[in-house]
Amino acid sequence: MSMDDLPAGNAPLKLTARPQPASALSTIITLAWRAMLKIKHVPFQLFDVTVTPIMFTLLFTYMFGGALAGSPEVYIQSLLPGILVQTVVFITVYTGVGLNTDIQKGLFDRFRSLPMWQPSPVLGALAGDLFRYSVASLLIIGLGLVLGFRPAAGALGVLLAFGLVLVFAFAVSWIWIIFGMLVKTPESVMTTSFLFLMPLTFASNIFVEPKTMPGWLQAFVHINPVSHLTTAARGLMHGTDAGADVVWTLAASAVIVAISAPIAMRMYHQER
Amino acid sequence: MSNAIETERLRKTFGEKHALDELNLAIRGSSVYGLLGPNGAGKTTAIRVLTTLLKPTSGKATVLGLDVERESAAVRQKVSLTGQYASVDEDLTGQENLVLVSRLLGMSWGDSRERATELLSVFGLAEAASKQVRTFSGGMRRRIDIAASLVTRPEILFLDEPTTGLDPRSRNQVWDLVRQIAADGTTVLLTTQYLEEADRLAERMAVIDHGRVIAEGTSHELKSSIGGNALRFQLADPARREEARALVSRVVGDTVIPNTDPTAISVTVANASVAAEVLSALCSARIELTDFSLGAPSLDDVFFTLTGRPPEPTVAEKELAK
Repeated sequence: MSMDDLPAGNAPLKLTARPQPASALSTIITLAWRAMLKIKHVPFQLFDVTVTPIMFTLLFTYMFGGALAGSPEVYIQSLLPGILVQTVVFITVYTGVGLNTDIQKGLFDRFRSLPMWQPSPVLGALAGDLFRYSVASLLIIGLGLVLGFRPAAGALGVLLAFGLVLVFAFAVSWIWIIFGMLVKTPESVMTTSFLFLMPLTFASNIFVEPKTMPGWLQAFVHINPVSHLTTAARGLMHGTDAGADVVWTLAASAVIVAISAPIAMRMYHQER
Repeated sequence: MSNAIETERLRKTFGEKHALDELNLAIRGSSVYGLLGPNGAGKTTAIRVLTTLLKPTSGKATVLGLDVERESAAVRQKVSLTGQYASVDEDLTGQENLVLVSRLLGMSWGDSRERATELLSVFGLAEAASKQVRTFSGGMRRRIDIAASLVTRPEILFLDEPTTGLDPRSRNQVWDLVRQIAADGTTVLLTTQYLEEADRLAERMAVIDHGRVIAEGTSHELKSSIGGNALRFQLADPARREEARALVSRVVGDTVIPNTDPTAISVTVANASVAAEVLSALCSARIELTDFSLGAPSLDDVFFTLTGRPPEPTVAEKELAK
């Protein structure tokens, strides 16, 4: 007998009155729990955040290391903070992809029709995403240490850099939340976002010094927030002066959130 | 405010398209009410406005006396929605989905787990408790989706096409559930394309087309509203349908009800003697019949007469087509 043959109504349906609505915090925690469950049930979700960073770190260290810095060991000192930035910034796209999937599947209709604080589903998803960013970061830093990355500022410097990367990733995620609500399919969130992320992460100071680039490209690299975040992360990890770039990154993150979060929440409240 | 749901000249426009065009509804509480209409009639839009998911373009809608725009949070506190597509997380298990909804409604972790287990057993899903919803059959998905709307007692349960795509057995299970929920005192508003479903479940119904109500009442009232009796007959030779149709029209005037069945013709007749005239005309033209009947019009006939369009095939017909 298949499960489908079981009759509904095995036991009589008992209904009770609704309890007091859940607090905003409790709903965010519950929805973050859901994000964790998804990772547990679909571990493949972590494939992108584990395999890609490992591959990139190995590939770029050994492929470019000798040519650009004399040896992979020297190159990885400046590459690793950059790879960390690139990887995490790339993963932020999944916030938009996940949101879009939930909308297409009708799950957001369920959430939005429940008597809970309306921004919770978005914030809960973001909390789950922060976990993913952390997994990817830990892997990269761990691998880096094995390959000879030696942060002069020690554990505290690495931790501060990691925190700064998370702040920026949180901010960028809001942009993909907007995309996630604008486009029709999760695939198009992915494709559209890569149009922005490719130039943003490659036209930066992550892989090479910008001084060999043509002037117009250098100009872009200098205003690119990813470059500032990379310089800040390098500074924090190696104990060199990074104050200006840290401030620049925090300010850029604040501006991104201040602009995109209200737009995203407004779109979320409005009809689809 | 005696009505559970009221809308007044409710309009919802998407670009150029009026999904709802001055929709007026007055639905009494503690009953099953059907919103009947073809695809694209505006049924889902109406439900989405009433459950606060969409803002109306103009007009007014109240649910339990609460304005859906100004008091949306209070409305959400009292209603449950089961949308057209299973709105549960496919990656999560049956149990986890129900715990999720219970928690979001404000229950403790312990109570949530208890309620989830209870609901899974009520809905015949106990064995699927720890299976991911993506492995569920269509009927099981529907049930978990409805279960998620019944974690606590809603004052109004909105069901958007609850049996679309279900096999007859699962459909019957959903029907039983709807009756149980209504017997428990919850008002149920369900949309359907199936006349049969509205006929069986809903005490009253509104037929909507192009975003407005074109008829309202009990199934009996709707049937008698088109007047007279329905004479139906089956032709032995479908090739002669047009000829037969023309002939029948000549006898009874222009009251032939369109039909999707190529061998069937339905016609509204004022009385039995007109029916006799029709039959004798067909007989003299040597158009052979395999069957004929005279009786109250079906909801199908009502639908045809009101919209001039064939309704969606019934569940039974869809099954036969497979």
